[in-house]
Amino acid sequence: MINISEVLETNRMILEENLDVRTITMGVSLLDCADSSVRNTCDRIYAKLTRLAKDLVKTGDDIGREFGVPVVNKRVSITPAAIVGSSCCKKPSDFVKIAKTLDRAAKKLGINFIGGYSAVVSKGMTPADELLIRSIPEAMAATERVCSSVNVGSTKTGIDMDAVRLMGEIVKETAARTKDRDSIGCAKLVVLCNAPDDNPFMAGAFHGVSEADAVVNVGVSGPGVVNHVLRHTCRGADFETLCETIKKTAFKITRVGQLVAQEASKRLGVPFGIIDLSLAPTPAIGDSVADILREIGLDEPGAPGTTAALALLNDQVKKGGVMASSYVGGLSGAFIPVSEDQGMIDAVNAGALTIEKLEAMTCVCSVGLDMIAIPGATSAATISGIIADEAAIGMVNQKTTAVRVIPVAGKKVGDTVEFGGLLGHAPVMRVSKFSCGNMIARKGRIPAPIHSFKN
Amino acid sequence: MKKIIVTVVGKDAVGILAKTCTYLAKERINILDISQTVTGGYFNMMMIVDAAKYGKTFDRLCAELASLGNGMGMRIHCQKSEIFEKMHRV
Repeated sequence: MINISEVLETNRMILEENLDVRTITMGVSLLDCADSSVRNTCDRIYAKLTRLAKDLVKTGDDIGREFGVPVVNKRVSITPAAIVGSSCCKKPSDFVKIAKTLDRAAKKLGINFIGGYSAVVSKGMTPADELLIRSIPEAMAATERVCSSVNVGSTKTGIDMDAVRLMGEIVKETAARTKDRDSIGCAKLVVLCNAPDDNPFMAGAFHGVSEADAVVNVGVSGPGVVNHVLRHTCRGADFETLCETIKKTAFKITRVGQLVAQEASKRLGVPFGIIDLSLAPTPAIGDSVADILREIGLDEPGAPGTTAALALLNDQVKKGGVMASSYVGGLSGAFIPVSEDQGMIDAVNAGALTIEKLEAMTCVCSVGLDMIAIPGATSAATISGIIADEAAIGMVNQKTTAVRVIPVAGKKVGDTVEFGGLLGHAPVMRVSKFSCGNMIARKGRIPAPIHSFKN
Repeated sequence: MKKIIVTVVGKDAVGILAKTCTYLAKERINILDISQTVTGGYFNMMMIVDAAKYGKTFDRLCAELASLGNGMGMRIHCQKSEIFEKMHRV
């Protein structure tokens, strides 16, 4: 029988330590919506989304109320739009019509983001892939809730450097098209390597072609809970105690996600896909991965030892989480966005955290350079260089990596950018002034690494 | 059986348990277990109840208990029991 201390512990996590289910994301295949006419494709997409996901928001809210745990976001991810629109879209503006349809469906459903305005071009781009990529700046400017991602590499295929070069330009153009809103278009655009097909977190969520017609994926969170437990039970403790404590806490957090996922799947009549057991921070005070790193024993994230501390944290979260759910997927690990984590922002402002150190940290956690504001004058080639570096880390280490940088039009190092809401605010960070232009100008792709040949 | 966990939190006073139990009895909700602690003048109570014979909706139960709590200066929450069972039991 449940006892009072367990009940109080759970409710303290929810009420005081920001425990929540970060997102219920319904993945929907749009492969059956493809048509030779843009208009018919858009109509079919709108009809399918508003039919399959019509109860998503209500279901999430009902579950949240009944179990007393907030279900913060309800979202939808779709088949990469470059595939869906490949038969009908003959110019970038055709793809923008699909983006606008997705935005309209998102508003009708009451969800805050829809992901999958995407192209998977790890080895090469089809004409449709390239058209979609070229439409991204306009699509991000013309829509509010659509998220875009482009997968430019994988361990099995290597890195498509033509796509990397193009994405540097597209990121710059997206920033310019939304310059009146602190270049917020780039906050909805991520460039990935080894992108998972079942990621429920934005901006990189899409519903891969390996997936069923519809699935429910759930992303849990809870950096505040881990931080609280470490602060109260692990100060001065040895590594074994530290790891054991993080594991147990991750288990408890993930079990809540598992419960919510099963309930959502049952009520929506859609199969359960995976739990993404990520520590996803928010700008709320205390809901910070950086604060956990401080609690492990760093003055500031970015100090020597940061990569080791993050590696430890990431691994224990996974070890605790996999015991709590049979189907773990997505990104699963600690997120280290800058603008969405007040502790990271403080570390940047203190001069402790640089892009180069963040890059090292991405070798041992589940994502990449995320929500980082950089000077608006940064060249497209330099952005491509940053993307190539992250993709190389992902390719060689057989893990997902991503780049979501915002070259904020008109801003320079030391300025601050305000995105609002979950996206937070960010100090503009310094980028190396040395050029990689001649390397980025080379055509073709970087071959797959030797350890990918496992057949 | 529909197991629900009712938690009552607030400043300790006379009659909190009595008023809560009277409401539950009136609504034909059976109490399976009660535990409470008082620390630093603050009252924490947890009840495991069976609402199988309760005729209204879960939302209605939450709202009525919350309003009963407000009348006593207490916070009363209802949650389905699975969240605690899942989190604390392997």
